[in-house]
Amino acid sequence: MIHSNVRHLIEPEDFTKEEILNLVELGEKMYNNPQAYSDVCNGKILASLFYEPSTRTKFSFDSAMLRLGGNIIGFADANTSSAKKGESIADTIRVMGYYADILVMRHPKEGAPKLASMYSEVPVINAGDGGHQHPTQTLTDLLTIQVYKGQLENHTIAFCGDLKYGRTVHSLIRTMARFNAKKFILVSPEELKLPSSLKRQIQDQYDIEIQEVRYLEEVVDQIDILYMTRIQKERFFNEEDYLKLRDSYILTNDKLENAKEDMIIMHPLPRVNEIAYEVDDNKRAVYFEQSKLGVYVRMALITKLLEVGPYARG
Amino acid sequence: MLEVKGIENGVVLDHIKAGKGLEVFHMLKLNKVDTSVVLVMNVSSKDMGKKDIIKIENKVDFDFNILSLIDTNITVNIIKDDKRIEKFKVQVPAEIVGQIQCKNPRCITNFDDYVRPTFHKYAENEKVLEYVCSFCEEITKFEK
Ligand SMILES: [Zn+2]
Repeated sequence: MIHSNVRHLIEPEDFTKEEILNLVELGEKMYNNPQAYSDVCNGKILASLFYEPSTRTKFSFDSAMLRLGGNIIGFADANTSSAKKGESIADTIRVMGYYADILVMRHPKEGAPKLASMYSEVPVINAGDGGHQHPTQTLTDLLTIQVYKGQLENHTIAFCGDLKYGRTVHSLIRTMARFNAKKFILVSPEELKLPSSLKRQIQDQYDIEIQEVRYLEEVVDQIDILYMTRIQKERFFNEEDYLKLRDSYILTNDKLENAKEDMIIMHPLPRVNEIAYEVDDNKRAVYFEQSKLGVYVRMALITKLLEVGPYARG
Repeated sequence: MLEVKGIENGVVLDHIKAGKGLEVFHMLKLNKVDTSVVLVMNVSSKDMGKKDIIKIENKVDFDFNILSLIDTNITVNIIKDDKRIEKFKVQVPAEIVGQIQCKNPRCITNFDDYVRPTFHKYAENEKVLEYVCSFCEEITKFEK
């Protein structure tokens, strides 16, 4: 195992609150004036190691690195990589450190990026590991909240849809708890409730009210931030259950009738049909802007871990 | 009653809940030990009604605390030259490295041969012990 001072981002808890705030602020600056940062990663190489495909996340990282003036290498499919030959992640990672200055890893197995970070001499960013963590999605969500709500603290946040397997939800709940959320409202079918272990962790550590309801209409007037998620077909044993549940969790303008004027609607994308297209024109919808902001917060993260530009030492 | 003679040197694991002896046997990998090992099941006991006992000859270097995942009441007796020189109850370990598997089927520790599964104690009450995996953070429960 390698013990060095290299920083990684495996889970949001790897950064202090101050560091997260700092990143979000820098992300906002980069968003407003990207030209000022267009060469801070000159000569640096980012390797993206995608052991399962995720076009959107990969492009977001690639775009971030290119906008910083850096270069990218990598693979987007484990079938073409050494993973297929049964090589340990530890071996792959030790070698990758010679080729690149920073690694971005997406892996279907939970804990894989953590294992990678234990053997890496260069920073590792977790770009999603199974149903576990997806910290850069969380940073994206935070920047979106910062930009559209003006601050991260003291919001009533509702999570709607698949709260059982949705890793973006788990990461965001844990992080917003650190930022003194006022209240969490959990809207999901019985089958897709937030895991009780996570709920207990939050309740043990923080003094935040958690309300669980079946339908959004019951609580929509209280919400500052509505976070929608996709209900995935793979999670169900039979098609009938899936279709029934999926359709009862579709967001339409009707359901938003009593919502606050300044409520925002977020979604990690891609959506299937959980948000009706008519909602796209609702002034509360910010999910496309959210994707755009994801590039800027990843730019901020890359400069932090590489210690370049605004984070250059000395 | 079935008589099993005492051992001159080694370990006697006593007060194992009846029926759990075989689990203890496997947890300590006693099938790999090359000295004499005796597992006695359903022995009459004043306090417990019935209990299991394991005797291991000429070998004492085991990590006994891991046995608390099976039964926290197990007593370890270290025997030297026919005398008991040490007696203690197994202690619930704060950290477990490499001895158990993560129960999360999606955990990297179940796929990558290089990694040693690592757990930290998360919670304990009269009925269960909970350990959290350092890699996937899933909680694995052990009934006491
Ligand atoms: Zn695990």
